[in-house]
Amino acid sequence: MRLLTLTEAKLLMREPLALFWGLAFPMVLLAVMGLSSATMDGLSLAAVYEPIVIAFISVVFGVQGLPVQLASYREQRILRRLATTPAGPVRVIGAQLAVSLTVVLAATAGVLAVGRLGFAVPLPRQPAGFAVAAVLAATAMLGLGLLIAALAPTARSAGAAGTVLFFPLMYFAGLWTPQLSPTARHIGEFTPLGAATQALRDAMAGSWPHPVPLIVLGACTLACSVTAARLFRWE
Amino acid sequence: MTAIEVERLRKQYGAKVAVDDVSFTVAEGEIFGLLGRNGAGKSSTVDCVAGLRAPDHGRIRVAGLDPRRDQRELRHLLGVQLQESALPGKLTVAEAMRLYASFYRSPADTAGLLDMLDLTEKRNSRYRGLSGGQKQRLSIALALIGRPRIAILDELTTGLDPVARRDTWEFVDNIRNQGVTIMLVTHFMTEAERLCDRVAILDRGRLAAIGTPAQLARPTLEDTFVALTAGRR
Repeated sequence: MRLLTLTEAKLLMREPLALFWGLAFPMVLLAVMGLSSATMDGLSLAAVYEPIVIAFISVVFGVQGLPVQLASYREQRILRRLATTPAGPVRVIGAQLAVSLTVVLAATAGVLAVGRLGFAVPLPRQPAGFAVAAVLAATAMLGLGLLIAALAPTARSAGAAGTVLFFPLMYFAGLWTPQLSPTARHIGEFTPLGAATQALRDAMAGSWPHPVPLIVLGACTLACSVTAARLFRWE
Repeated sequence: MTAIEVERLRKQYGAKVAVDDVSFTVAEGEIFGLLGRNGAGKSSTVDCVAGLRAPDHGRIRVAGLDPRRDQRELRHLLGVQLQESALPGKLTVAEAMRLYASFYRSPADTAGLLDMLDLTEKRNSRYRGLSGGQKQRLSIALALIGRPRIAILDELTTGLDPVARRDTWEFVDNIRNQGVTIMLVTHFMTEAERLCDRVAILDRGRLAAIGTPAQLARPTLEDTFVALTAGRR
């Protein structure tokens, strides 16, 4: 299992496009916001965007990267080939999840560092609460990615599903308009990334995240992965 | 000692019957050929023997194990080379070998295997940069890396040039001489004649003939094959 995970990690490192969108672009986005002198509710734009950018990272790896990778493993008969070995196909999915989660958390730490060092955004004042929210945001998006991988017949359709889902997910995270209307914000609290940004923002400001968004993220993780496990098409 | 036993195997997908009442046995150390046109039921038979699919009816034993119930144990004893070899394009030959070796209890020496299959100088090449013959040889190497007692080789030489095909045949002979039982799926009659101790010809899911290539040659194996499987489709 260790070598399998290491191998998947190496393979990810050989995908420059995935690394750009998942690792470099979020930092660039934060930097662009950081260059603006505008403020919102007394916060700098960089501080406002930090949770949004962190949500973005989990979408890139969870909803866009993971399902395409797994669907292409199925399409190229890699899962089937593994099914004839003692390792079996489930472990490669486990390895993918482990690698994705690690990279998401590393990219999140990178964004926090850029925000702190480059634009004087304070580090989360409630670190434990922040860590819980960040991990749950990542698992919710990886769960959703698994569900796409389970249902999409091809890598192409998995990619299309990921792209379609990107917009509503990130809309409620506030990517285009950080200050959503009260109605939109209310709906957003019950979408995974609306909940994620809310929870991350609370923790950054210093309070433990409200239980509702954490429950939304936990429920999304659980519901998606259980459904994915039941419906996964191996061929 | 019997390596593979297939007794009255039946497999259907919806209303389509892929394999119908097929029985054969493969003795230990034998090279057994499974012949048939496309869609004759070869792949479904292989899938059931390898435990990838459950038969709808019939009994299968591989090295005395039930491929579905004893899947875990069987994976260590049975090496499978699937029709289209399947690896991530950016994985190198050496990485693939090391990874697959890590799956097994007592793997073969990867360097020796690469050497035997003439892949040593390609060890740092990525899978997608390999030629058809090199990919094929790598997939054979991966099927053998767990030092299996039984190997299934599916469409082993499809897409290979004549020289590469002959090299592969020689290699298969060598593995058999090391005591590995081989089930070879092919639609090249010369390949079956050259390698197989016995062959079974499948036609539309049913067993049309079984015997040594010499027994079935009337006057050649190919004539028999065409006579048994042509037309009516």
